[in-house]
Amino acid sequence: MSAYLTKRISYMLIILLAASLLIFSLYALTPGDFISNNIKLTPERKAELREIYGLNKPMLERYGIWMKNALHGDFGYSLAQQKPVLTLFNEYIWNSFLLAAVSTFLTWLIAVIIGVVSAYKQYSWFDTLVMVLIFAAMSLPSFFIGLFLIKIFAVDLKWLPPGGMLTTGSNAVGWAYAKEVIKHMTLPVVVMTLLGVGSLTRYFRSNMIDVIKQDYIRTARAKGLKEGKVLFRHALRNALLPAITLVGFELPALFGGSLIIEKIFNWPGIGQLYMQSFGLRDYPLLMGFTMLLAVLTVIGTLISDVLYHIADPRVRLH
Amino acid sequence: MSLNSTPLPGAVGGTKPRTKSSSLFGQSMRRLMKNKLAISGLVVVIIMFLACFVGPFFSPYTDNKVNMAVMNKAPNIKHWLGTDALGRDVLTRVLQAGRISLTVGLASMVLSVFIGALLGAIAGYYRGVADQVIMRIADLLLTIPGLPLLFIFGALLSDWKVPTEYRMYIVMFMLGFVNWPGLARMVRGQMLSLREREFMQAAVVLGLNDRRKLFNHLLPNIVPLLIVIATLNIGGSILSESVLSFFGLGVMAPTPTWGNMIDAANNLIDFQEHPWLWIPPGFSIFATVIAINIFGDGLRDVLDPKQKR
Repeated sequence: MSAYLTKRISYMLIILLAASLLIFSLYALTPGDFISNNIKLTPERKAELREIYGLNKPMLERYGIWMKNALHGDFGYSLAQQKPVLTLFNEYIWNSFLLAAVSTFLTWLIAVIIGVVSAYKQYSWFDTLVMVLIFAAMSLPSFFIGLFLIKIFAVDLKWLPPGGMLTTGSNAVGWAYAKEVIKHMTLPVVVMTLLGVGSLTRYFRSNMIDVIKQDYIRTARAKGLKEGKVLFRHALRNALLPAITLVGFELPALFGGSLIIEKIFNWPGIGQLYMQSFGLRDYPLLMGFTMLLAVLTVIGTLISDVLYHIADPRVRLH
Repeated sequence: MSLNSTPLPGAVGGTKPRTKSSSLFGQSMRRLMKNKLAISGLVVVIIMFLACFVGPFFSPYTDNKVNMAVMNKAPNIKHWLGTDALGRDVLTRVLQAGRISLTVGLASMVLSVFIGALLGAIAGYYRGVADQVIMRIADLLLTIPGLPLLFIFGALLSDWKVPTEYRMYIVMFMLGFVNWPGLARMVRGQMLSLREREFMQAAVVLGLNDRRKLFNHLLPNIVPLLIVIATLNIGGSILSESVLSFFGLGVMAPTPTWGNMIDAANNLIDFQEHPWLWIPPGFSIFATVIAINIFGDGLRDVLDPKQKR
């Protein structure tokens, strides 16, 4: 195990190093930067600012400086917000996490329950309905369904706020604050749950179908156990086991925010921060964010592989 | 090499009837015809294609002339889905946009399947250095999530001032480029197992050259898998294109696509008062993608029953 981990982690580091070079050169290739897009500045002032930010140095040298600082845990200053990138991430990431954690929890809960029931009633009308709904959920254009629900529930019916995390100018505290946040997060959470629940339900359904056919389920029924106990105690455990490998893949989604949903619902998360900075060409922040996603993806994959091995020791790690 | 994660397999009915036909293709088609859900998906896809490619010829508004007399009209008898701020007929524009969206989806699928299958086959068949190089590049591209990567490419296009009429073609390449690594991984996995089978030993004994072994014996074995992936891939590509175009990083006006038509929703007045501008293209995307996914899943049941676990 430890030999495997050493090998995997060193490969991870090499991949991340290559990814950092790719990310840096992609952003550096883009002509125009935060300074040249600002029409208020005189050419002299622009040159001066470039000098200060080190933008006039050759690309490779700039990459070296960026990487050196990054390894010291310093991803530079956001040019637009004049704050260290990591401080900004820390300010925004928890809002993203709140949204992602709630919707991930709901997604898993709904997927497990519906997956089990429709597997149990395979080929019934309920199962067919579930299959159609699964396909519908998997085919939703995320930004459109967001806009559509805002139009219905916020603009027409006025049940829920159209976006943001708090009502503008609100200074609610305590319970009132929590209530306000919950109201604001309802729509984005519903959309994120809808988007994720399709493929996961399908996964649990097909896992469950396999498990129900096994001999030990027949044994459990023959012993006279209640059907609910057979399904949720005996069958579900084995159907859930392969799913723990999916836990790792959730990592980027949990902390990386959601670019589209946060933008549509104006949620002050890290994805929305990225979309804002994108128009401004705030490179330190953009590079930092993309790097963060790459790191989360790589760590998530490692966690998945290790969990896979723990869940099923027959799977050899190599 | 990490453990490959194949896409979540699912299943819609699909029993194995006894058939007289000896051809695998005929058998598969017959089984597909029995799957009503899949066939209705196919019918919707065909209707969508016909409507978009043939439909506009029956519209009196194909020239998209600016007509100030009928600005922002709600749906009525003359304009079934209303008109936009320039007095253009929305239904005609939705159909014309569909042409672009469907073409981009199809073309980028062809591209990613071609690159992915070719590189995956080379990596899996030759192994060694080729495998190392190809799979490391794939790993690298899979490390950076697709959406930010597409956004960067889109921004590059804007900053390089690519003429808007060419953007459509570059968007196809972008989507194809982002999608190939996952596909290459899957094809490589299949190749690694296929090349050890008995029929391949026979091919070696017969002294066949690499080209014949690859194209006449190995690739035909993964064609069913490729057809399934390719079908499902079209839906994904249409969705990605619409996201990019919605955010102004994909195909841009005046070329209409379903994604950039929904851009109307970014304007507060259009969003609240003129929903006919952005709701029809949204539902067109949804209807097309759901139909493609249902059909693709039916195809999977028929062509690739191993995947079904």
